[in-house]
Amino acid sequence: MSGEDIRKLEEAIAEITGVAAGFGLDFFPMRYEICPADTLYTIGAYGMPTRFHHWSFGKAFHKMKLHYDHGLSKIYELVVNSNPCYAFLLEGNSLIQNKLIVAHVLAHSDFFKNNARFGPTNRGMIESMSASAERIRQYEQEYGADTVEAFIDAVLAIQEHIDPSLFHPFGLDRSRAEQKRAELAKTKRHPPAGEYDDLLKIGETPGEPPSPPFAPQRKKVPPQPEKDMLWFISTHSRALEPWQQDIIGMLREEMYYFWPQLETKIMNEGWASYWHLRIIRELDLTEAETIEFAKLNAAVLLPSRYTMNPYYLGLKIFEDIERRWGREKLFEVREFDMDTSFIRNYLTEELVRDLDLYIYEKQGPEWKITDRGWENIREQLIRSRVNGGFPYLVVDDGDYGGNGELYIRHSYEGIELDLKYVEKTLPYVHRLWGKAVHLETVVESKKVLFTFDGEKTIRKFL
Amino acid sequence: MDSRNFIVSREDWSLHRKGHQDQLRHEQKVREAIRRNLPDLITEESIVVSGGKRIVKVPIRSVEEYRFRYNFNKSKHVGQGSGGSKVGDVIGIDPAAAGGKGAGAGDRAGDDVYEAEIELAEIEEMLLGELELPNLKPKEKERTHVADIRFNDIRKKGLTANLDKKRTILENLRRNAMEGKPRIGGIRPDDLRYKTWEETEKPDSNAVVLAIMDTSGSMGVFEKYVARSFYFWMVRFLRRKYEHVQIVYIAHHTEAKEVSEEEFFHRGESGGTICSSAYAKALEIIAERFPPSRYNLYPFHFSDGDNLSSDNERCVALLNELLDKANLFGYGEVNQYNRNSTLMAAYRSIRRPNFRTCLIREKKDVYQALKTFFTGPAASE
Repeated sequence: MSGEDIRKLEEAIAEITGVAAGFGLDFFPMRYEICPADTLYTIGAYGMPTRFHHWSFGKAFHKMKLHYDHGLSKIYELVVNSNPCYAFLLEGNSLIQNKLIVAHVLAHSDFFKNNARFGPTNRGMIESMSASAERIRQYEQEYGADTVEAFIDAVLAIQEHIDPSLFHPFGLDRSRAEQKRAELAKTKRHPPAGEYDDLLKIGETPGEPPSPPFAPQRKKVPPQPEKDMLWFISTHSRALEPWQQDIIGMLREEMYYFWPQLETKIMNEGWASYWHLRIIRELDLTEAETIEFAKLNAAVLLPSRYTMNPYYLGLKIFEDIERRWGREKLFEVREFDMDTSFIRNYLTEELVRDLDLYIYEKQGPEWKITDRGWENIREQLIRSRVNGGFPYLVVDDGDYGGNGELYIRHSYEGIELDLKYVEKTLPYVHRLWGKAVHLETVVESKKVLFTFDGEKTIRKFL
Repeated sequence: MDSRNFIVSREDWSLHRKGHQDQLRHEQKVREAIRRNLPDLITEESIVVSGGKRIVKVPIRSVEEYRFRYNFNKSKHVGQGSGGSKVGDVIGIDPAAAGGKGAGAGDRAGDDVYEAEIELAEIEEMLLGELELPNLKPKEKERTHVADIRFNDIRKKGLTANLDKKRTILENLRRNAMEGKPRIGGIRPDDLRYKTWEETEKPDSNAVVLAIMDTSGSMGVFEKYVARSFYFWMVRFLRRKYEHVQIVYIAHHTEAKEVSEEEFFHRGESGGTICSSAYAKALEIIAERFPPSRYNLYPFHFSDGDNLSSDNERCVALLNELLDKANLFGYGEVNQYNRNSTLMAAYRSIRRPNFRTCLIREKKDVYQALKTFFTGPAASE
């Protein structure tokens, strides 16, 4: 890319930024990095420019490169939730491609800055990850790359099991959040009947009888089912060295950082697509650029038979909201909603029909459409976004059988687990816990308990 | 800070090799996984029935990233059509073949089995790299023969049919440029370039392998498959390492017949079992065409061992005769359920250094059989 190209790009960015601000978009200061394809795919595969080493990223990198080299990828947009906000532009991009990306990522930056779910996220995550990666590198030196890799393999297997309902005004310091909860619980003991009682009950299992104050009983660990498995294991496992606890801590923090992005994928991409369309319309494009833009845009919004395209779905919903309530409403929605509420409140019967959405399932060897009822479709979409699309698992008992064994329960809500993967993942949990681990789930309407004792997995019906 | 401020920068990312490094690490893990699973892999149907295709796709399971996840096949999913979709429409089909990997699995979250594309040559290298024909002896009248012809040389003289047009034009261009007028034209004899070949010679190893397979009724699908897997790899190993090994194929039930490679691998099964017929046949062929003074002989016999019991004595006798002539005789018995009174039992009493046996109970054991038969000098020699 020549100096002249960069100058033209800067001019274009200045113009686009002005247009975006004119529309009311409110974003962090931007840092645009131009980089070669390999670097872009590295960052894409790792999720961040400064992440630690792991072969799984290598696999993702290779896959992305493969798709790109085979011409299968769409335009690549990569933007990081940070302040200043980093966005990456592929070196070989044409000017119009970059214009589209810039408009698109500005909207993302606005979303990151303003959506409530992102409020508590660490905007300095790039540096934090860099520091984490450095610490991991040091551990590799000290304990051996293979040992560290094997450990990270185990942590990654359960990385998504955190508790996203924890809104931490105190950052990720768990003990302080617990303290807060305990304080809340204390005030509840002599409750004046109040309107907001139910809010104070956050974290309690409903229907549990209060335990008599002086009855001798084994203190149950955890006292309530614990969703944050990573936290629980790192603080209660007897098999972990400090460096291992540190690594779990780092990966847990990363997960909390990424979580809002999981929860708002449809909204965020819809928002960015909505704005890149409107911003680009305001620019003076040459005829060639206009055509090129139309092609790029179409590629990004292409629907897929097997899944719905978040860019397209999000865009359509936003456009519908604007049609019904005006542009002001859009800004409200982008601030207060997340995918589940977004879909629940704004996906209409007309939209389902216009987008030709359907539910499909496997019947025998075929994947067939089984439902075109709009409410069911909406419900299914919401379901698929709950808990980031991951199974909802809780630690029920950290001292199962009085023997220090770990008992995990799958909060079954109609969708079964992939059993082969259960059997392959339990050994990883065992690696972290050091003693037998159990997972209770439901298969074909029957409760089943999977147990891994260090050598083999046993399945038994309960 | 005014958010309209922005910076565009372009760094030197050439040292940024993380993606590549980790990719290398991933590939290393794939190779380790292959190595660990070699016994399973070599009986993988996709290879054995591939007809020796160059690139095979092999599912590698231990580099999958396991986590707790929903069963994709049992869940409901939302998709998007292009208009007019109806309940009952089929949008995709899972091939019923092993593993049920979906068609167009590219953008589906479903089955994440990692399929490594491996060149058959690579698996061969891992598997066969250390194998060798044991007890190979130099025999009289070692012939040399042309093993390889490679077009790897460009000369100014050659056959017109082998004119390398591209290089000729390049030469022409170069010469014209040197003369000050870069162009293509006015080709002179001096510009012409021809592809020629080089011959490499290899000494003949003078070895003959007699592959004997039991094709009687008692050889079921599993037994046949195992025997064929073994011979498949044996043939590849031999062709790879020993250019000029001859392979004689003998199939038998109550009678034995010399057959072609094609028939050997695809012939159906029937009839009772008289193994001695095969040994007699082998001896006959050796007497007619392959005197031991001139050839290294390697008979192999694969059977389920379920021989006509009255024939066992004759087998032992003929086997000993063969052992007098052969460098190595390998007997592989496919016996899943620990059947007694098989050939293996009859052969237990034979203690000769050039006789090796192998019992195969499951597909994994084929690898072991290859290693047992095709390694260095016999232990007891």
